[in-house]
Amino acid sequence: MEGFPILTIITFTPLLGALVILALPRDNERTIKLFAILLSLIPLVLAIVVWFNYDFQAGTIQFAEEYQWIPTLSIKYRMGVDGISVPMVFLTALLTVVSLYYSSHVIKVRVKEYFFFFLLLEMGMMGVFTSLDFFLFYVFWEIGLVPMYFLIGVWGGERREYAAIKFFLYTLTGSVLMLLAILAMFFTEGTFDIIEMASRQPFSDSFVLQALAFWGIFIAFAIKVPLFPFHTWLPDAHVEAPTAGSVILAGVLLKLGCYGFLRILLPIFPQAFQVYAPIVALLAVISIVYGALVSMAQWDLKKLIAYSSVSHMGYVILGVAAAASAGAKMASDPALLDSATIAVNGAVMQMFNHGIITGGLFLLVGVIYERTHTRDLKAFGGLGTKVPIYYAVMLTTVLASLGLPGLAGFVAEFMVFRGAIAIIPVMTAIAGIGVVVTAAFFLWKVIQGMFLGPLNEKWANLPDMERYEVLCMVPLIFFMALFGLYPVPIINIMNNTVHSMLHTLSLMIGG
Amino acid sequence: MEDLVRIVPFIPMVPLLTFAIIAIFVRRHHKLSGYLTVAAIFIAWLLSMVIVLGAVANMPHFAEEPAVHLTLLRIPTGATTLDIGVQIDPLTVALLFMVPTVCLMIFIYSVGYMEGDPRYSRFFAYVCLFSTGMLGLVVADNLLLLFICWEVMGLCSYLLIGFWFEKPSAMWAGLKAFITTRIGDVLLLLGMVLLYTQTGALRFETVFDGVERIAETNPNLMFVIALLVFGGAVGKSAQFPLHVWLPDAMEGPTPVSALIHAATMVAAGVFLVARMLPIFVVLPAMPALAWVAAIGAITAFFASTIAVAQDDIKRVLAYSTISQLGYMIMALGLGGFVAAVFHLITHAFFKALLFLGSGSVIHGVGTNDMMEMGGLRKKMPYTFWTFLIGMLALAGVPPLAGFWSKDEILAVAFEQNMLVWVIGTLAAFITAFYMTRQVCLTFVGQPRKKEIHAHESPRLMYVPLIVLAIGAALLGLLGVPADFPVLGPLLGNNPFHRFLAAQFHQWHYVQLPHVSFNASVMVISIVMAGCGIGLGYLLYGRKPLEAGQRDPLERLGIIWTVLRNKYYIDEIYRGTVIRGTIALATLLFRFDLGIIDAVVNLVGKLTERWSYVSRLFDTYVIDGIVNGVGRVTSAVGQELRYIQTGRVQNYMVIVVISVVLLMGVFLYM
Repeated sequence: MEGFPILTIITFTPLLGALVILALPRDNERTIKLFAILLSLIPLVLAIVVWFNYDFQAGTIQFAEEYQWIPTLSIKYRMGVDGISVPMVFLTALLTVVSLYYSSHVIKVRVKEYFFFFLLLEMGMMGVFTSLDFFLFYVFWEIGLVPMYFLIGVWGGERREYAAIKFFLYTLTGSVLMLLAILAMFFTEGTFDIIEMASRQPFSDSFVLQALAFWGIFIAFAIKVPLFPFHTWLPDAHVEAPTAGSVILAGVLLKLGCYGFLRILLPIFPQAFQVYAPIVALLAVISIVYGALVSMAQWDLKKLIAYSSVSHMGYVILGVAAAASAGAKMASDPALLDSATIAVNGAVMQMFNHGIITGGLFLLVGVIYERTHTRDLKAFGGLGTKVPIYYAVMLTTVLASLGLPGLAGFVAEFMVFRGAIAIIPVMTAIAGIGVVVTAAFFLWKVIQGMFLGPLNEKWANLPDMERYEVLCMVPLIFFMALFGLYPVPIINIMNNTVHSMLHTLSLMIGG
Repeated sequence: MEDLVRIVPFIPMVPLLTFAIIAIFVRRHHKLSGYLTVAAIFIAWLLSMVIVLGAVANMPHFAEEPAVHLTLLRIPTGATTLDIGVQIDPLTVALLFMVPTVCLMIFIYSVGYMEGDPRYSRFFAYVCLFSTGMLGLVVADNLLLLFICWEVMGLCSYLLIGFWFEKPSAMWAGLKAFITTRIGDVLLLLGMVLLYTQTGALRFETVFDGVERIAETNPNLMFVIALLVFGGAVGKSAQFPLHVWLPDAMEGPTPVSALIHAATMVAAGVFLVARMLPIFVVLPAMPALAWVAAIGAITAFFASTIAVAQDDIKRVLAYSTISQLGYMIMALGLGGFVAAVFHLITHAFFKALLFLGSGSVIHGVGTNDMMEMGGLRKKMPYTFWTFLIGMLALAGVPPLAGFWSKDEILAVAFEQNMLVWVIGTLAAFITAFYMTRQVCLTFVGQPRKKEIHAHESPRLMYVPLIVLAIGAALLGLLGVPADFPVLGPLLGNNPFHRFLAAQFHQWHYVQLPHVSFNASVMVISIVMAGCGIGLGYLLYGRKPLEAGQRDPLERLGIIWTVLRNKYYIDEIYRGTVIRGTIALATLLFRFDLGIIDAVVNLVGKLTERWSYVSRLFDTYVIDGIVNGVGRVTSAVGQELRYIQTGRVQNYMVIVVISVVLLMGVFLYM
C-alpha cells in the first residue's frame, strides 16, 4: 500500500465520474445510471480496503499523502485518515452506492444532471473526511454544499426553493464564521495543517481570541449537526429533498458537523472547549429532549424523522462535550480518560449508526411515498397485513433507531451514557427522558399509525416492497444487526485513535 | 464445572438460531415452524438439565467460588475492555431448572392453541426470540448482557401483546406495555452506567466487590444507584406505580400471557433484584431495601384487592400475578433471598398452569367473561381439575407448592417487620377469596349464557396442564423448612435452601436473616387461606350465580366501584402524564415554528436587504481595496469561485468584507 494514493482516488473518482457523465449523451439514461452506480462502487471497494488495512493498534494518521500546492501560503494538499475518519469514509461510500442505486429506479427527470450532482456531492463529503489541511477541508466543505442545494432545489418537493436557499444560507453563514477563524489561526500560526495546528494550540496566550475562534467554528459545525437552536433548516430541507437526498443529508452531511467537532474543535481548542463544555452539553441535552418531543408532535412522517435526527445527533455532541469537560484531569486519572474515551467512541459509533439507521428510515419513507403520494401519518393504518415485508423492514429500522439492544443504535447510546455519566452526570440523566419519548413516538406514530389497527380500505391494493427497494435496505439492516450484536470491529477501529487523542490533549492543557 | 460452562452459551443460542431460521426460511410452513420451536426449546431444556444436574452434583464448588465464567466478547473501552460472558451460579441454576421447563410446556400447548391462526409461524418466531431473551438473561454474567436480553424480551412482549394488531385494544395494550416498561428500563440503564462508572466493570462479582467502597465514600450515590436499578424491576415486574401495563397485556394470545406475563418475563424484575441484592444491602441502614419492601408490600395488597372485582378471567389472573410478584419483591426487601427465589419458581409453575387453564376455558367457550361462564366442571374435566390444583396452590393450601413458598415469605416478614407481615397475610386472605370466586364463577353451577357450547381442549393442550399441575403440587417439597417436624429431615433438610445459600457468601457485607420455622405463622396463614376460600364459597359456591344475577360484592357500593375501576390509576395517568407530554410536545413544536424559525427567517430577510445595499457599496468601494490586497485575497478568491454560482453570489460579498476587516485588525495588532 506504500505510496499508493488511495485516499485521493477515493475522493476524486466521483469527480471523474461526474465529468464523464457530463460528456455522456442526455438521452442515454440507462448508461448514465449504470455508469454512476458502477463508478460509485470504486470508492466503496477502496473504503473497505482502507478499513481492513488500517492499523488500528497504532491508531495514528495513515494512508497519508502530502504535496505542495500553494507554497507561498504554505497550503499543502494533505490527506490522511485515522480511526475516526475510516468509518466515516466507509459510511459515505456505502450510502452513496445505496442512494444511487435507489435513485436509478425513481429519478425520471433531468437524469444526467442528477447523477452529476450526486457524484460531485460524494467528492465533497469524502474530501472533508480525508483532508488534513484547513484550506482543503474548507474547499471540500463548501463543495458539498452546492450539489445538495441543487438536489433539493431541482428534484425536491413543493417548497423546494425555500428549503434549498434556507439550507444553503444557513450553512454558509456558519462557513463564513469558520473561514474567519481559520484565517485568524493561519495569521498567528502560519500553517493550514490541521494536525500541526492541534499541537501548536493557537491563541494559547489570549483566551479571548481563542474563545472567539472556538465559537466561530462551533457555530459552523453546530449548524451542520444540527444542534438546538440552529436546527430549523433541517426539517425543511428533509421534507423537500428527494429521497436519496434525504438519505445523504441525514446519513452523511450531518456527520460532517460532528466530524468537525472531533477533528477540529476538540483537539485544537481543548482549553476553550473545556470552559464552554457545560454550555455545549446543555445544548446537546436540549437537542435530545426537545428534538424528541417536537418529533412527537409531527404528523408528517419525514418531518418526524427529521426532528428525531436532531435528538439523535444530540447524543454525539453530548459524548464529545463530556470528553471536553474532562479536559486536563484525564492526564492524571486513567479511569476518567477511559470514561471520556468511551463517550467519544460512543459518539463516533452514533455517527455511523445514525447514518445507516436514519438513512434507512428516509429510504423507507421514499418507498411508501412513491406508492401513496402522502406522508401523512393519519392517512395510513393497518398496513401490517398488506405489506408484511415493508412492515418488518420498517419495524427493524425503527427499533434500531429507538435504541433497542441487539441493534446498533443501542451500543452507541449505551457508550455515550456510560462515558458521559462519569463526567456530567446530571445532564446525562436528563438525556434519559429522550430515550423514553423516542420510543413513544416511533412506536405510537410510525408503527401504530401506519401498520397496526384496522386496514384503511384506501390502501387495499398497496403493493409490497420491490426487489430493488429490499436490496437497498439489505446492507443497512446487515450493519444494524452486525454492530448491534458484535460491535467489536468498529470500536476497535476507533478506540486507540480516540484514546491517544484524548490523552494528548489532556497533557496539552495540563502542561 | 469449567467444561459445563462451555455449553451454557448454546442454551440461548439454539432458540435464537431457530428464530432466524423461521423468520427467514420457513415463514410459509406453519406446522414446521411450530415443531422447530418445540424442538429448539427441548434442546435448550436438555442442555439446561445437564447444567442443573452437574451443578447440583458439584454443589461444594460454589462454597469456594461464587460462579464459573466463560467470557465471550471483549469490547475495547480506552485502555481497558468490557467483558461480556455467561456464568453458572446457584441462582442461574435455579432459574435454569424453571425457565426451560415452563417454556417447553407452554410451547407444546401453543402448538394446539394457535392452530389455524393465519400468523402461526410468526407467533413461534416471536416466542423463540423471547426464550432467547429469557435464557440469556438467566445465564448472563454481567449487567449489560442482562439488560440486552431484558430489552429483547420487552420487544417480544410488545409484539406478542399486539399479536392480533387489527384489534385496536391489542395494539394500544402493546404500546402501553412497551412505553411503561421503557420508563423503568431507562432508570435501570442509568443505574447500570453509574455502577459501571463507579466500579469499572459490569460483571456481577466485580460490581459486588466495588460497591462496598461506594457505600463508604458516597452513600447517597449508592442509594440512588440502588433505587435506579430497582426502577427497572418496578417496570418489568409490574410493581406499583408502573403496574398498569400488565392487565392490558392480556390482549395477547393466552400462551403468551402464561409465558411472558406470568411465568418468566415479569419475573425478570424479581430476578434482577435477587441477582443484585448485594447493592441493596451494602448500605448499613438499608434504606434502599426498605423501599423495595414497601413497594412490594403495597403492590401485593393493592393488586389483590383489584383482582376481587374483575370479571375477565385473565385479568383476575393478571392482578394476581402483580400481587404475587409484589410478594417476591417484598421478600427481597426484607432480605429473604431464598424465599423470594423459591416463590418465583413455584409461582411460575402454578401461574402458568392457571393461565393455560384459563386459555383452555377460553378456547372451549369462546369468551373471557366469567359472568357468561359457569358449569364447566363436567364439560372440561381435565381443565377443571388441573385448574383447581393451581388455584389451591396459589391460595396457599398445604401441601401444595404455593403454600410452602408463600409461608416462607411470611415467616421472613414476621421476623423482620410486623407491618409487612400483616399486609402480606391480609393479601393472602384476599388471594384465597378471589381465586375461589374465580373457580366458582367459571366451573360451578350452570352456564349463564345459552349460546356457549363448551368442549374439552385437545390432548396437546391438556397434557402440559397435567405436567404443570404436578409441578404446582409437588415442587414445594424441595423447600420444606429443615426444622419442620418429620417432613423437614425426611425431605433432605430443605435442599433448595442449602443450594441457594451459597449465593452471596463471598461478600461479607451481605448478611441475610436466617429464619427458622415458625409454627404460629404457618397456622395463621393456613387459617387465612381457609377463611378466604370459605368466604368465597359462601358467596359464590353454595348458591352459584344465575344468568343475569348481579355480583354479590356489588353491595359494597363505592368500594366496589373503586376496585372495579382499578383505583382509577389509568385515568389519572391519562389525565396527567400522557396528556401533559403530548401538550408539551405540541407547545414546543409551536415554539419551534413560531419563535426559532421565525427568527431565522427574519435574519434571512434582513440579510437580503443588507446585501442589496452592500452590493452598491461593493461596486464602488470594496473592489478597489480587494484588488490591492494581493495574494491572500487571491487565495481566498480562488476557493470562493467554487461557490459563486447562481443567485447566492451576493452573499459571498459578506465573506470578502469580513476577510478585509479581519486583515485590517491583524495589521494593526
